Amino acid sequence: MKNQRPETGGFFQRDRAWQPPALTPLYKTSVVRSPQKAPIAFPHTPSEITGPTFGHGILGALDNDLTLNHARSGESAIGPRIIVYGRVVDENARPVPNVLVEFWQANAGGRYRHKKDGYLAPLDPNFGGCGRTITDEDGNYSFRTIMPGAYPWPNGINDWRPAHIHFSVFGHGFVQRLITQMYFEGDPMIWKCPIVGTIPDRRAVEGLIAALDMEATVPMDARAYKFDIVLRGRRSTLFENRMEGN
Amino acid sequence: MAQDINRLKESASQTAGPYVHIGLTPNFCGIEGIFPEDLGASLISDQTKGERISVEIRVFDGTGSVLKDALVETWQADAEGLYNSPSETRGAADPAFSGWGRFPSDMESGEIRFETIKPGPVPFPGGRMMAPHINLWIVARGINLGLATRLYFGDEEAANAEDPVLARIEHRNRVPTLIASRDGDVYTFDIHLQGEKETVFFDI
Repeated sequence: MKNQRPETGGFFQRDRAWQPPALTPLYKTSVVRSPQKAPIAFPHTPSEITGPTFGHGILGALDNDLTLNHARSGESAIGPRIIVYGRVVDENARPVPNVLVEFWQANAGGRYRHKKDGYLAPLDPNFGGCGRTITDEDGNYSFRTIMPGAYPWPNGINDWRPAHIHFSVFGHGFVQRLITQMYFEGDPMIWKCPIVGTIPDRRAVEGLIAALDMEATVPMDARAYKFDIVLRGRRSTLFENRMEGN
Repeated sequence: MAQDINRLKESASQTAGPYVHIGLTPNFCGIEGIFPEDLGASLISDQTKGERISVEIRVFDGTGSVLKDALVETWQADAEGLYNSPSETRGAADPAFSGWGRFPSDMESGEIRFETIKPGPVPFPGGRMMAPHINLWIVARGINLGLATRLYFGDEEAANAEDPVLARIEHRNRVPTLIASRDGDVYTFDIHLQGEKETVFFDI
C-alpha cells in the first residue's frame, strides 16, 4: 500500500435506502431531530474528498485496552473479558489503512460513566468506557474490553438496549465519516430495539452483529468477536482527473 | 444472469446517542487520565497562517429547543484554500493547521464556540471557485445518520453569490440558512434541524 498514490477520486453515492432514514418515530427522539426537507446533492469537491489524518503518535499504550486504561494499578474492569477485532474496508473490499477508530460503551452492568446516566446499576471504579486505535496497513484493528451489559432507556415504558459498543470511524475523505454500533451474535434484544429498528434492511442490521470467533479466542483469558466495518468506496483517480480536466 | 459485481454495502449508521462524549470527548465529560486531551479541541497555534476568527454555533430541534447533547465536527481548508490531507493534490497545506475540529455542545447552554482561521476558496469540479466555507458534520441522540452542512461567511457576499454549491439550492429563500452573520471577529451560525427555519443539509 505504501507505494500507492493517495486516492483522490470522488466517493460512491451513499445508499440512503440502506441507511436509516432521519425520521423513525419508534425511536422517539428522532421525531423532532429529523430534517423534513430533502438533502441537496452536488458533485464531490476537495472539501468532500479530503479528510483529516491521525498519526500513531496520539496513541497511548493502553488506548486499546479498556480493561486496564481506567483501572487502578494491579486491578482491572469487572465483566466477561473479550477481544474485538476486525478490518475497516471500503465498498470495493479494499482495506482502509491508517484511520482512527474510536469506541465507547457501558460497563458490564449497563451503566455509562456519564453524569446524565442515572441508571441504578453501579459504576465500576476500574472501568472508564472509551478507547481508540488506528488501523494498520491492511485495515486491521483490535481492542480488549469487557462485554457491556444491556440497559433500559426512556423511550417506551420497557425498552432496553441490546449489549452494544459504539464505533466512530474516519476514512480518507470527510464524507466517509461514520458512527455506528456493534451488537453481539445471538443477543435476543437486538430484534426488539427501536434504534436497531431504524435500519430498514435486515441484512444491514446483520452487518452490525459481531460474530463470536472461538479460533481467535485466547484460552483461559478472553473470548473474541469479529466486527468488520465497511466505508464508502471511491472511484478511480484516473477518470476523476480526466473529468476535472487536470 | 450477469456476472456479480461483488461490491460491499456500507455499514449502516446508528445514532451517536446521548453519551457520545465518553468516546469522542472523554475529558469534556469528566473521564480524565485515559487520553491526555480531547482530539480536535483546538485548531490553531501561533504558527497558523490566516485571519483569526471565532465561530459560535447552536443546534436547535423542531420545537425550537437548543440541543445540549450534540457534537459537531468541522473540516476546512487553510488560509490558502488547501486541505491538510493526503488526498489534497493541489499543493501542501499549512503544516500548522490540521483543518479538523470536534466540539460538543455545552451541557447547560447548548453553545459551541471555537477559534479558527478564515479558510481560503476551494475549486468546484470544472474550475469555478467555491466561496470560503467550513464543512460541518453533526451527530447527536435522535440523529440516525450524521448530518452534513456548510457554514458560509456573511461578509463574503460577492463570493457567496457565485458559489456553485449554493447555486444548487432551488429554493433561494433557504440559502441564508447556510450563511453565518459577522459581528467583529465572531461569526454566529444557528443550525435548525427541522421546521420553518430548517438548515439546508447535503446528500454528499
